[in-house]
Amino acid sequence: MNATDLTMRAAIFRKRQADHTINVSVCSGSPCIAAGAENILTALRGLDLPVSVHTFGVGCMGPCSRGPLIRIESNGQVATYERMTTSLAASALLAHLEDRNQAEGLLSEEFPFFVGQQRIVLSNCGGIDPENLESALGAGAYGALARMMEEMTPEQVCAEIAASGLRGRGGGGYPTGTKWNLVRGAAGTRKFIVANGDEGDPGAFMDRTLMESDPHRLLEGMAIAGYAVGAKHGFIYVRGEYPLAARRLRLAIQQAEEAGILGRRVLDNRFSFSIRLRIGAGAFVCGEETALMASVMGQRGQPLIRPPYPAQRGLWGCSTLINNVETFGCIPPIIQNGASWFNSIGTPGNSGTKVFSISGDVATIGVLEVPLGTPLKKIVQMAGGVVGGNFKAAQTGGASGGCIPASHLDMPVDFDSLPHLGSIMGSGGMIIINDQRCMPDMARFFIDFCREESCGKCVPCRTGTEQLLRLLDRITQGEGAEEDLGRMKELCTLMQDASLCGLGMAAPTPVLSTLRWFRHEYEAHIRNGVCPSGVCSRGDI
Amino acid sequence: MIQTIDSIPQSPYPDMDRILREFPCRPDLLIEILHAAQQHFGYLGKELLGHIAARLDMPPSMVYGVASFYHSFHLNPPARHHCTVCLGTSCHIRGGSLLMKQLEQRLSIRANTTDYQRGITLDSVRCLGTCGMAPLAVLDTVIIGGSTAETITDEVCSRLEPTGDKTESAP
Repeated sequence: MNATDLTMRAAIFRKRQADHTINVSVCSGSPCIAAGAENILTALRGLDLPVSVHTFGVGCMGPCSRGPLIRIESNGQVATYERMTTSLAASALLAHLEDRNQAEGLLSEEFPFFVGQQRIVLSNCGGIDPENLESALGAGAYGALARMMEEMTPEQVCAEIAASGLRGRGGGGYPTGTKWNLVRGAAGTRKFIVANGDEGDPGAFMDRTLMESDPHRLLEGMAIAGYAVGAKHGFIYVRGEYPLAARRLRLAIQQAEEAGILGRRVLDNRFSFSIRLRIGAGAFVCGEETALMASVMGQRGQPLIRPPYPAQRGLWGCSTLINNVETFGCIPPIIQNGASWFNSIGTPGNSGTKVFSISGDVATIGVLEVPLGTPLKKIVQMAGGVVGGNFKAAQTGGASGGCIPASHLDMPVDFDSLPHLGSIMGSGGMIIINDQRCMPDMARFFIDFCREESCGKCVPCRTGTEQLLRLLDRITQGEGAEEDLGRMKELCTLMQDASLCGLGMAAPTPVLSTLRWFRHEYEAHIRNGVCPSGVCSRGDI
Repeated sequence: MIQTIDSIPQSPYPDMDRILREFPCRPDLLIEILHAAQQHFGYLGKELLGHIAARLDMPPSMVYGVASFYHSFHLNPPARHHCTVCLGTSCHIRGGSLLMKQLEQRLSIRANTTDYQRGITLDSVRCLGTCGMAPLAVLDTVIIGGSTAETITDEVCSRLEPTGDKTESAP
């Protein structure tokens, strides 16, 4: 297949889609499937209808807690329905045959979760069938790859990515263009591309959403990177807990190979690029890049001291480019629309958009994409506000992040602002906590997580998390002493300074951050022996 | 000396050898091979790991080291049913730990243990990324969530009843 075939197949698919009187898409992301989406899909397909109706599964539409979601497109009108059952979905479709909407389950056009978004990475999520290559092509997949190979040299691609100001979406925020140039300039003829899809932070599901909903976007981003840095092979490391993402990626790779998009002679050019899938086996530390590389090579996922960085010495000693899944997802739109377009979105130094997975005590749990620098308050409002109490804190950055208190709700969410508050934006997991929750209990939860996930290689992390947990156990059980707070702080600083990898260095952040903003809660546990929120005494921690 | 798998007579694990034939015999594919082995055998016993090590020409300690490092690999036989409670952040604040407590009580089994007699393993996972349904439990492959700890516990227990229909999907 060459670039012309690509455009033709895309046009044919779009024409076919437009020929149907009604198009019904059923969200087939894993939360919606768990809520019964597959039954709905089967039921709708089984209906005997007088007009041509195309019913197909699509990727995640966003508001996961309102699933199963369906979208009905007829006469140029689009209606989205939430919390569908087989009978409700069927009656909604019948209503559209009569050219009207069904009231039950209909989401208003002003539904805040949809309105405030600017979808660049997720542009095709919820719109295309992730298991159908033609559907992805119809939405413009591989257009950027074809165009790049026609018009740009590898140097120009790297320069474009650098000029776009794109920063690593995995949480580090390292300039992507700089990394690409490093790998491009590295010695050696064998180089590798790795997509980090080991999304281990609890409460983070952005990458799962992209991999399940638009796998071809990731493949295209990786192929562009391969061309730019001179790599012929790529690996996608998918978290073992995401079987659907792995299945869809495997299928997408197979489809792209059969179509001549991946493999030898990509789109009939002299460039060749292949991608292999590696499935994780349940180790949080494998999200760290050196541990991830060890795991790709079939070893225990234990981190190494950096430098050398993967760009210098990575897989099998070769220069390796590791980017997060979402970072690769940003690449095709940048190539297609140009660096200055990307720069016009977001704030200076934080260009583009960011995908967040918002969960916890909010009305709508799900995945949304907003320009970087969007105030926290707006994101919470888009998720329908806080439920079950008042806003107490937003936990960002997963196990490596901290809590942002209510007094800083106006804070713009980007790479550079949140560190001022003792947290990080991280990979985009955001958990909203209401005033019924206990903050020392939250800190204890995260330390317990890090203790369990510590790979055990370095002492500060292995022993530090254990000791921190003991201190936090004492405090939350009302048996803490005043000096414990000082001890915890000292231990935290030591772990930050002396741990070998990011896991240990960042593990104390939830403790330090809750100590900074919610010290009074710790003091109440210690001085009065009670949990002000009534969580710790309920005996369920 | 190069010896092909087929030339060794009477292998104790013919099925494993068949799986191994699907992979190039390279140590970097160890995790993939272990995944495939576990899918077939249900768990990775010591003898099986030793067999894989021999076939890949790797030290058994290295293969065991990898198998025991990762949470998803089971070194002991699985029970008939596997119930996993999500203890991710979202599930935690929405009562995931309470759910675990209730399941422990109702099933009279401690977390992270297996009752072979009644055929059930109860353990936990840190976030399945389906936070919209928090708190939740996964029984075998069915996700049960989106309501209170009590309702989920009831649902899990009723699916485990010997007379109950276990093949039905979640409501």
